[in-house]
Amino acid sequence: MSAVTEFPLVSLREVRRDYALGAERVHALQGVTLDVERGDYVAIVGPSGCGKSTLLNLIGVIDQPTSGTVAIEGRRVEAMSDREATQFRLRNIGFVFQRFYLMPILSALENVALPMAEAKVPKVERLHRATELLKYVGLGNRERHRPSELSGGEQQRVAIARALANGPTLLLADEPTGELDARTGTEIISLFQRLNNDGTTLVVVTHDEDLASAARRKIHMRDGRVVDA
Amino acid sequence: MRAALAQASLIRHRARTILAVLGVAVAAAMLLDMVMLATGMRESFRELLLSRGFEIRLAPKGTLPFDTDATIPGVSAIIATLRKNPDIREISPVLGASIHVLTGNRDVSGSALGINPSVQGDYELLSGRDVTTSDALVASDHLLRQLVARVGDTLNVATGYDPQTRTYSGQRKLVVTGRVRFIYGATDQSSAAMRRETLEGMNPQSRDRASLFMVRVRSGADAEQVRDWIDKQLPDVTAISIATAIAQVDERLSYFRQLALILGAVSLFVGFLLVTTLVTVSVNERVGEIAVMRAIGVSRSHVVEQIVLEGVAISLAGAVLGLALGLVTARYLNTILSAFPGLPMAIDFFLFQPRAAWSALGLLIVSSIGAGIYPAWRAASLPIAESLRREAIA
Repeated sequence: MSAVTEFPLVSLREVRRDYALGAERVHALQGVTLDVERGDYVAIVGPSGCGKSTLLNLIGVIDQPTSGTVAIEGRRVEAMSDREATQFRLRNIGFVFQRFYLMPILSALENVALPMAEAKVPKVERLHRATELLKYVGLGNRERHRPSELSGGEQQRVAIARALANGPTLLLADEPTGELDARTGTEIISLFQRLNNDGTTLVVVTHDEDLASAARRKIHMRDGRVVDA
Repeated sequence: MRAALAQASLIRHRARTILAVLGVAVAAAMLLDMVMLATGMRESFRELLLSRGFEIRLAPKGTLPFDTDATIPGVSAIIATLRKNPDIREISPVLGASIHVLTGNRDVSGSALGINPSVQGDYELLSGRDVTTSDALVASDHLLRQLVARVGDTLNVATGYDPQTRTYSGQRKLVVTGRVRFIYGATDQSSAAMRRETLEGMNPQSRDRASLFMVRVRSGADAEQVRDWIDKQLPDVTAISIATAIAQVDERLSYFRQLALILGAVSLFVGFLLVTTLVTVSVNERVGEIAVMRAIGVSRSHVVEQIVLEGVAISLAGAVLGLALGLVTARYLNTILSAFPGLPMAIDFFLFQPRAAWSALGLLIVSSIGAGIYPAWRAASLPIAESLRREAIA
């Protein structure tokens, strides 16, 4: 018998997020309500400044809503302390950024092993798992290379392997193909599909039509609101 | 992993790291030198006083040893009194006088000590033999150079000179039996020593008088108690223990020491500022990197640890380099200052005392850790989403 959970993996209710921009107040999100189920593959699309990245940051527990509730795996984000949020991100969430943001001083293998070191995974185990993850993303032969020695697509694949390091329930990607050429972007799209097929829940913010079309579900945003889910 | 990250980060900015290490090294060297200077003379003076094992000096009432030409009368009676105290092991009366050594038509003036060679604590024999006979004299290298004399030569020595009649008094032929180094003498001082009876014989007015008594106490005895006892028994002399002498030196050197401590504190502050500046610049450059580390689940304290480790590594490397640099400069400065006229050649201005040196360098490292904590914590506490957004815009 498979385990049945009563709540969606991601649940946002009437979420608002305001920023102070000088003397002005920017309303980045204006009452967003959204659910993401386990195993889903969601693409959030919309024009620049519509609040996509803000939404992703809230789901990724690196930001807090001004009002409303955000729950990931049934846990309320706004109730978490900084320490709890950090631990939650470490164990449950993988991040992929547009600009890869790998540690330039570490090799591909060390970059992938970094979150595992933080999670106190024994060294032998984490190096083994990092090697496996690099093979999974097709970089088995680039373990010792530093980010500066890798192409953009290779760097993004290292970043994806790093995001998968601690076996997260949720993988978040913010414009993951934004810095890549079309061919390399297609490789990343294929990789995401493979990840989703292997059971990873994905939420992707993108302007890339091909990437958005690869998702199971598209969420359109405009002016801080979900206009079509 | 944090140590590896810190190391890699320092290597990434190699030139900046080297400059920072050099900066901390200079601050550490100056701090070390100032600590050595602040305590060095005092300790050096203490070691000098203790070097021959005489813990108490007796000088004419109200004076310091050889501060004036005053002498203490009744040497025999004083020795007899001192011998009553079982804690007193040895007594060395010393008579000081000016001498004129007549060589050809030249008169080389200097100072002479009348001592008992078996218990003297004023010089070390470098070559030849001690003043075992009444016509023997040992001399400093400076005096021998001035006289162009050597061991075995006979000198015509006088203890007095009348400029009106241009005549010398207390003349005697003495044989140079040895070369000596006067422990309390300056490098440029022309000094000689002979038996006390010899000097008394050349200057009858000083018969049974001494300029100074040096007293050695029994092992385990309390020198301060002995000094108190002497004060009571001999009210016409001033008994000075090592502690009293050091207290007097401390008083005379207090401004000097304060200056050294102020300069040391400035060095410490400079080191602190240097590390703070470096860490601040470093974290400002890496706001995005730090935000990413936080986003992927690296805890705030671990980010701080990594950044502080960088500061510690710089401080440690700087401290080690500064230790070497400080010792070299101290040695050089000591050579210059020790050649200052009139100072005992055995006095060191910069004395390396491991405990003080480690404390100073430890303080520098601790302050450097403190210097790194605030900017590191500030950077690790920046809002992650906001930092990433700014980084993306940049």
